[in-house]
Amino acid sequence: MGQYIADGIILGATLSLGAIGLTLTFKILRFANFAHGELLTFGAYFALTLSTVLAVGAPLGTLSFGWGFILVILLAAVLTAVLAIVVDWLVYRILRRSDIVATIVIASFGASLMLRNIVVFIWGPQPEYYFHSIAIAKQILPGVRVTADEIFVVVLAAVLMVALHLFLTRTRAGKAMRAVSDNALLAQVTGINVQNIIRLMWVVGGTLAAIGGVFYGITVQVGPNMGFNLILPMFAAAILGGIGSVYGAVLGGMVIGLAESVSVFWIDPAYKPAVAFLLMFVMLLVYPGGLLGERA
Amino acid sequence: MSADGKVALTVDQVVAGYVPGVDILRGIDLQVAPREIVTVLGPNGAGKSTLIKVIAGLLRVRSGGVRLFGEDISHLPAHRMMARGVGYVPQTQNVFPKLTVEENLEMGAYVRRSELRKGLHQAYELFPDLARMRRQAAGRLSGGQRQMVAIARALMLQPRLMLLDEPSAGLSPLLVNHVFDKVREVRDIGVTILIVEQNAKAALAISDRGYVLSEGQDRISGPAQELLENPEVGELYLGARKGLA
Repeated sequence: MGQYIADGIILGATLSLGAIGLTLTFKILRFANFAHGELLTFGAYFALTLSTVLAVGAPLGTLSFGWGFILVILLAAVLTAVLAIVVDWLVYRILRRSDIVATIVIASFGASLMLRNIVVFIWGPQPEYYFHSIAIAKQILPGVRVTADEIFVVVLAAVLMVALHLFLTRTRAGKAMRAVSDNALLAQVTGINVQNIIRLMWVVGGTLAAIGGVFYGITVQVGPNMGFNLILPMFAAAILGGIGSVYGAVLGGMVIGLAESVSVFWIDPAYKPAVAFLLMFVMLLVYPGGLLGERA
Repeated sequence: MSADGKVALTVDQVVAGYVPGVDILRGIDLQVAPREIVTVLGPNGAGKSTLIKVIAGLLRVRSGGVRLFGEDISHLPAHRMMARGVGYVPQTQNVFPKLTVEENLEMGAYVRRSELRKGLHQAYELFPDLARMRRQAAGRLSGGQRQMVAIARALMLQPRLMLLDEPSAGLSPLLVNHVFDKVREVRDIGVTILIVEQNAKAALAISDRGYVLSEGQDRISGPAQELLENPEVGELYLGARKGLA
């Protein structure tokens, strides 16, 4: 059981980081971005290419990678943020003028398909791994074995969430971003340049998605369909936490990660994805606002 | 126009609307002198909110012009208005509910951070209640308190002109008077004020002058006291409420 909980937290780290961008997009641009998963995929692949180009240095302690890999993650995040802004500029920006809400959601489906095929075109359909050494899992608690890489993932995820919290509550740009997500029209008359905040939102969402993607690459594997496979649990996480709430997305990601992982205790692992949907379904049925969502 | 030199706000033959081909405002003329409180009255659909949106830069002028202290502002977008000295308090949803009171005020000084300290100091002096509630989420406040936050936010950059869209909407009579008292205090620190209201009595009581809109045009204008006593105003505007008055 303890092992499943540990695995759930590790999966939850990826889901939480992905769900944050999803919930921000939903709150600020008011659409469900189905292409968000591809930002995780691209982040993971950017890191893959960068780690072969840049010297990542000798492995640190029992980690599978050296200091250079931190730089690789950062650069992959920057590239993914740029990609997110470019996709917004090419696709969503134009469709925001449309009055039909469904247009932009369907467009995001299209963007998702296109991006996924670009990944296959550039990197091929085969799964990839960052490191070819075998990470050794150590016992940290009775019956719980984790690798140093997995600890790295969870710690870095926690650091990023604290950083995001400080950004949103202590910086001028972060407060402006919350203001826009609260009331875009009022933000505009207050003098906030909403277009700049939208770009900033893509930077934040893209960065966290990229890092989530790399985490998944470290702990599972890198593949063209990884983002597509993660998008629905990420939606489930965002809805469970209360769509629009950043803290809800973090919490929802952890709950979905844990539930999927722990469910293996009782049911066949093949049904794991169904657990996320069951939770989302029950939540929408009994408490549609989500755990940390707005009260009506 | 050189005569504009002594006028804070000039609305000159403004025509505007939302749907192409349908004009809500059909040639409105209006002037506000510095440090004046002017109220625009009118029944629903007369174009009061449209007028304030045009001045705030949220709606394009189709023809005519809007000038602030002689400077043409008709084609400035809304997010530039704050920096030009126009503070706008919308009728509804005029606070950021998830932000704290102080963060709401901070957003008011977003375009000029150097003014933040001064603005906060002034806001808390004018609205001592807000100082106590500075760390509370604005969405948790009562309607009257929220209206105070909205006014204080619009005041952060020491605007030359403040636009208030129905500040009494949804408030109890006691709170209405309190809000209007505060509006007068805001004028007393040197801000010119334009109010759009349905609550004629309370608004005119603190105003210097008033205008009555009807069907997108300014029909009657004059000193506030005169308007209150004008039977035609009663007919045009208070007509529907004759029984209640």
